Amino acid sequence: MEASFKKSLNYLGGSYVVEKQAIWIARDLSKCSGCRQCEVACSLFHEKQVWPEASRIRIFMLVPGADFPHFCAQCEDYPCVDACPVKALSISERTGAVLVKARKCTACGKCIEACPGRVPHLHPTEKRVLICDLCKGKPRCVQVCSEGGWNVLTEVSRRNRAYNLYARTPEDITHDLVTKLYGEMGEQFL
Amino acid sequence: MICGYAGKFLEVDLSKERTRETVLEDDVLRDYIGGRGLASKILWDRLGSKWESLNPLNPRNLLLFLTGPLTGYFPGGRTCVSGKSPQSNGVVGSTVGGEFGVELRCAGWDGIIFTGEARKPSYLFVIDSNIEIVDADHIWGKDAKQTLRVLTKECRRHLTEKFPKYGEMKEPSVLYIGPAGENKVRTAVVAAKWTHAAGYGGYGALMGAKKLKAIVVKGTGPLPEVANLRRMRRLIKAVYKNAYDSELWRRWGTGAAGYEVGAKTSSEPVHNWQDEWHNRRSFGVDKFENRVWIKQSWSDFGCPTCCLKISMVKTGKFKGAITDNPDYELQAYLGPNLGIFTPEDNVYLTSLIDDLGLCGIQTGNVLGFASELFQRGILSAEDLGGLRLAWGNTEAFAALAERIARREGIGDLLAEGTYRAALQIERMKNVEVLEYAVQSKGISIGAHGIRSGKDYPDIISYACSVQGGDHTSTAAFPINDPGSELWEIFNDSAVYCNFNSFGLRRKIRFDFYEAATGVELTPEEWCSTKALRILQLQRAMLLLGGPDLKWNPETDDDNPARFYEPLPSGPYKGKVLRRARVDKTKRKYYKAAGWDKNGIPKPRILRKLGLQDVDKALDKIRQATD
Ligand code: SF4
Ligand code: SF4
Ligand code: SF4
Repeated sequence: MEASFKKSLNYLGGSYVVEKQAIWIARDLSKCSGCRQCEVACSLFHEKQVWPEASRIRIFMLVPGADFPHFCAQCEDYPCVDACPVKALSISERTGAVLVKARKCTACGKCIEACPGRVPHLHPTEKRVLICDLCKGKPRCVQVCSEGGWNVLTEVSRRNRAYNLYARTPEDITHDLVTKLYGEMGEQFL
Repeated sequence: MICGYAGKFLEVDLSKERTRETVLEDDVLRDYIGGRGLASKILWDRLGSKWESLNPLNPRNLLLFLTGPLTGYFPGGRTCVSGKSPQSNGVVGSTVGGEFGVELRCAGWDGIIFTGEARKPSYLFVIDSNIEIVDADHIWGKDAKQTLRVLTKECRRHLTEKFPKYGEMKEPSVLYIGPAGENKVRTAVVAAKWTHAAGYGGYGALMGAKKLKAIVVKGTGPLPEVANLRRMRRLIKAVYKNAYDSELWRRWGTGAAGYEVGAKTSSEPVHNWQDEWHNRRSFGVDKFENRVWIKQSWSDFGCPTCCLKISMVKTGKFKGAITDNPDYELQAYLGPNLGIFTPEDNVYLTSLIDDLGLCGIQTGNVLGFASELFQRGILSAEDLGGLRLAWGNTEAFAALAERIARREGIGDLLAEGTYRAALQIERMKNVEVLEYAVQSKGISIGAHGIRSGKDYPDIISYACSVQGGDHTSTAAFPINDPGSELWEIFNDSAVYCNFNSFGLRRKIRFDFYEAATGVELTPEEWCSTKALRILQLQRAMLLLGGPDLKWNPETDDDNPARFYEPLPSGPYKGKVLRRARVDKTKRKYYKAAGWDKNGIPKPRILRKLGLQDVDKALDKIRQATD
């Protein structure tokens, strides 16, 4: 089932919508205000607390001004899912999100290593990994970000695109954003 | 335990390199809340008996970094820095925006209390309950941007080594000083990010005296639990909504004011306050917006307003200057106040001031003061080490700022801040210059004048404030007016960004407090007991002062002399403060605050508030003034 879903995501042609409900969070990183309301919303929804480090979307600011959200890109090839030795990760057929079976997860960190953006991270106090689950198709982070009018995060239909490009490490993204923002002057902050 | 608090404070003795945990009683937290209120309480309890003899830069002075129960919940996170102030010799609750306070609370601490002095340059690295004093030789002397770069990198590496399996951890939060703080310049700041700064109070100098270059905090836990999360969520939503409806702050931040406070309300410092009016279209907010703002919406933790901007100069001789601001205060003080009316020059100076770790307000004030003395021929180019400090000479101001930060030549004298520098120059030159010092009790006046009567501060706002010229803590009459210092004490004690409360019903801050702590608090109770108690403590320590400065309410509870000169131009030309009116309001304020005719808190009010020891300590200055 999962394999065929994965396949359909990969091979259904052109820009057709793959699954009616499958969504993707488009991201315009350089517009991020660093308000961290997405962290507040995500952690309130999943952890019932304001808990920035346990949010599935986290704002990094390695250089002032170059704030950006770091979260799962739902790569079309899902390397994290394949890397999990205990099959704790699966793909939601409905939304395309990576789902973590908390009880199975041993917090071994293999998925983190497999992810080209080192996006997953361990829960700060529990023995499991945290990955964006797209809030069952109603992303809370997108909601606050759009209400704020920053439109860094927007919900779009999932299409056959190279989403895995968006799985980048914080350092890699920072480098790009600093260049865009400060040009050559940015070098001195990296 | 009261909800909304992490429940413990970290104490660090830098001399002995020892750390320990302190728990404060619920009653203390209930009465003093956090931040500024709690700072006053801690400082009084621990240093009150030796207040007058304690040099603020002595290792025995405490340096406090305190949060409050609203930090991280009320949108717009801040941290309150305090201690015996090297500027006023009293207590200032100086807050700085950013994630530091939130991170500290997530690490399980409500605050950090430093005492002593490190043997060599050091920084404190807090990872939850893991505390380390780390060597800072390699960053001592580094400017703001490089300090932050090195610390972010090295502490991130350290975190990865400590938690190899965790994955990527968000960067820790940093408060630091620049070269000015290291050199104990009294106008030095405690900084976050770049221009984010706790400026009033001069705590950068105190941090430098302790050889503490920075504090780095990583908290992996949640914010402390609140009493009523559902209510809290509703309140947060209300703040968001209010902010989204307000076009002004979201679009321009305070940036529109660099033009408008000059042109419209005529209350902006121009040429060291010789004027408060300008209508230079070259300084319009559209010029900032279209020429130098490269990021227009930028914010601190949880904030929907995003009043912050990032600016960069793209052409000309200052090309490449970058700063995370200037906000209005820095526009004004490093702009028209110095005769500068172009965004590029203003951004360049702001960026330099950041790099040096100086306060834009206080340093802009002292630069303007020096320039006026140059204009009047009191300070010559020779006195100024060859600098021709004419209005608008950006390069000369920049060079002088460098000398202040490094205490070179005349910079060493000006590094003492406007008031102390004025006293020294009077002795040196044998002329009176205090009348050109636009300050109150050692603290420069914020960039909001009162002569036109069109801006928010009142005629006694600075004169009667327990934080002198601080424009975020202004006295008003009636004393319990929502625009008065008593209400502002709440902001600085619960520790959050007051900007996000503009336009909301005033009481909402107390609703937040109740939702966080579960403790009931009405504005009436706040103003008539708790805030009043904090005010008396601050007032007492301000009046005790010492050892190098003592304030005399008779002469020092006053506006700068300049404000009694008529405005020379603009729509409010000729407007002036009338001394009789100021005196009358001052008397009324004294009475409402429970102070005697000399401005000293009366025994009755002190006893009523349970401050018997303060009453006793004030006896000697009562006798001296009688
Ligand atoms: S809500 Fe949007 S603008 Fe705010 S931090 Fe998150 S991604 Fe950035
Ligand atoms: S971004 Fe990382 S966590 Fe998300 S699907 Fe790709 S590999 Fe997995
Ligand atoms: S979609 Fe939901 S789970 Fe994913 S980052 Fe946003 S709020 Fe968190």
